[in-house]
Amino acid sequence: MTWTEVFTDYTLRNVALGSAILGVVSGVLGTFAVLRRQGLAGDALAHAALPGICLAYLATGSKAAPVLMLGAALAGWVGMVILIGFLRRTRVDPGSALAIVLTTFFGFGVVLLTVVQKRPDAGQAGLDKFLFGQAAALVQDQVVLMAGLSVVVLVLIAALFKEFKVFVFDVDYARTLGLPTGRLGALLTALLVIAIVIGLNTVGDVLMSAMLVAPAAAARQWTESLGRMILLAAGFGATAGIFGALWSVSQDHTPTGPAIVLILSLLVVVSLLFGSSRGWVWERVRRHRQSGVGA
Amino acid sequence: MSVRPALAHAIEVRDLTVAYEEKPVLWDLDVDVRSGALTAIIGPNGAGKSTLLKAILGLVPRVAGSVSIFGKPLSEDRGKVGYVPQRSSVDWDFPADALDVVLMGMYGRLGWLRRPGRTEREKALECLEEVGMRELAQRQIGRLSGGQQQRVFLARALAQDARLYMMDEPFAGVDAVTEQAVVETLRKLRDRGKTVVVVHHDLGSAPEYFDEAILLNVRLVASGPIDEVFTPENLHKTYGAGARFLVAP
Repeated sequence: MTWTEVFTDYTLRNVALGSAILGVVSGVLGTFAVLRRQGLAGDALAHAALPGICLAYLATGSKAAPVLMLGAALAGWVGMVILIGFLRRTRVDPGSALAIVLTTFFGFGVVLLTVVQKRPDAGQAGLDKFLFGQAAALVQDQVVLMAGLSVVVLVLIAALFKEFKVFVFDVDYARTLGLPTGRLGALLTALLVIAIVIGLNTVGDVLMSAMLVAPAAAARQWTESLGRMILLAAGFGATAGIFGALWSVSQDHTPTGPAIVLILSLLVVVSLLFGSSRGWVWERVRRHRQSGVGA
Repeated sequence: MSVRPALAHAIEVRDLTVAYEEKPVLWDLDVDVRSGALTAIIGPNGAGKSTLLKAILGLVPRVAGSVSIFGKPLSEDRGKVGYVPQRSSVDWDFPADALDVVLMGMYGRLGWLRRPGRTEREKALECLEEVGMRELAQRQIGRLSGGQQQRVFLARALAQDARLYMMDEPFAGVDAVTEQAVVETLRKLRDRGKTVVVVHHDLGSAPEYFDEAILLNVRLVASGPIDEVFTPENLHKTYGAGARFLVAP
């Protein structure tokens, strides 16, 4: 494989484009999820999507991308509603509530996967690729759909940037400004669901939360501005997406999700150490200088 | 007095009851806030001071009662009340500098889709100047001291240019410089004809800083000009027997 093939080879082009789109969208939405302390909620949503994919297939017999993604999105949404209901109506703490919803949906999803695979017509249903992602299986229709969804997400984020900013920073204050905070929160969650659905083909649902959390966590180390944090997270997400996906395609049968997550982890470690804003090294240098001045 | 009777009250609270999980926090409250005055909400911990502020702002649901602001229900006047929340209510680790936060004060006026531009930035810097924070405009908010953070919140409220300001414990845990800045800001706002309501903890400084007081302990104990309200009997009713240790006779 040479790098120029990324632009000419059908599979490689789809893989690179699809992973880049995923990286950008999950970097952007992940930033908001991390700042709202909802990184784990993203994990629950992603796991909740699995039964949705299986049910969509069982109901329609179709493996078309829009059908499966719609099923995933609906199930993710249901998972979120149940989670919120849990938090409001019971005294279960948020971490445990997340764990319950996540494992229940995922367990249900795996059972459904088995059902699907036992069906006589489903020898190559291949839904299990949604577990860990298989970027090599991306086809052009899927990439086009992902691109369309990502445009919707990015346009909304850009248009409502200042509203989302004040909403995430200080929700009560946002309400006193007259902003519809309930609807802003629901919209942000809906966009998060879209980001997760975009990621299911490529990263798979087991590791999707890393795709949301890691780029944002890395980006935070380099800047103190929300706008720049979002751009950086998008860049980190795209970088890890592209290289992870190409790595997985070039090595036969390496699942894409783990490949991308490993590259993301590298980016996070480097950022935690050397990030210009709050990285460990600079923090040490600053402290050293301060104590030097004080002495 | 040239003030028309209809405008004499900035806030009118009628029969207000608020409960958290069926436990009443505010019980059947009737209280008026005089327009153009500095009013303190005073009471012990758990008296419902912050809850009253939030109920007036529509941030907590009411079980019963009504609130009107300048004669209208709050929903018609959204964005015209400048809220200064408790400093501990937000995550100061958020990626923003002081200027970013002050600019939020103008988001309501800007409306949807419009971004803050040069005019807004200049106005925000002026507001930071007013609280002595201009030179720290570019500092990440997490790297500011508690008092400086409080002043950023004040500047944000100033930028909003509201008629009515509602402040939740602006004096809590701040340094002397900030306490002075808060007091000066309160007086400046009054001089500009604004109405200010402040949740306040310190009985000792209250008569010096404020014109009016609302004494609260789940129920309303008393409200009106602070000299008339601050009687030993009222304070005893508000705080119980401990009150006499809190204020000099």
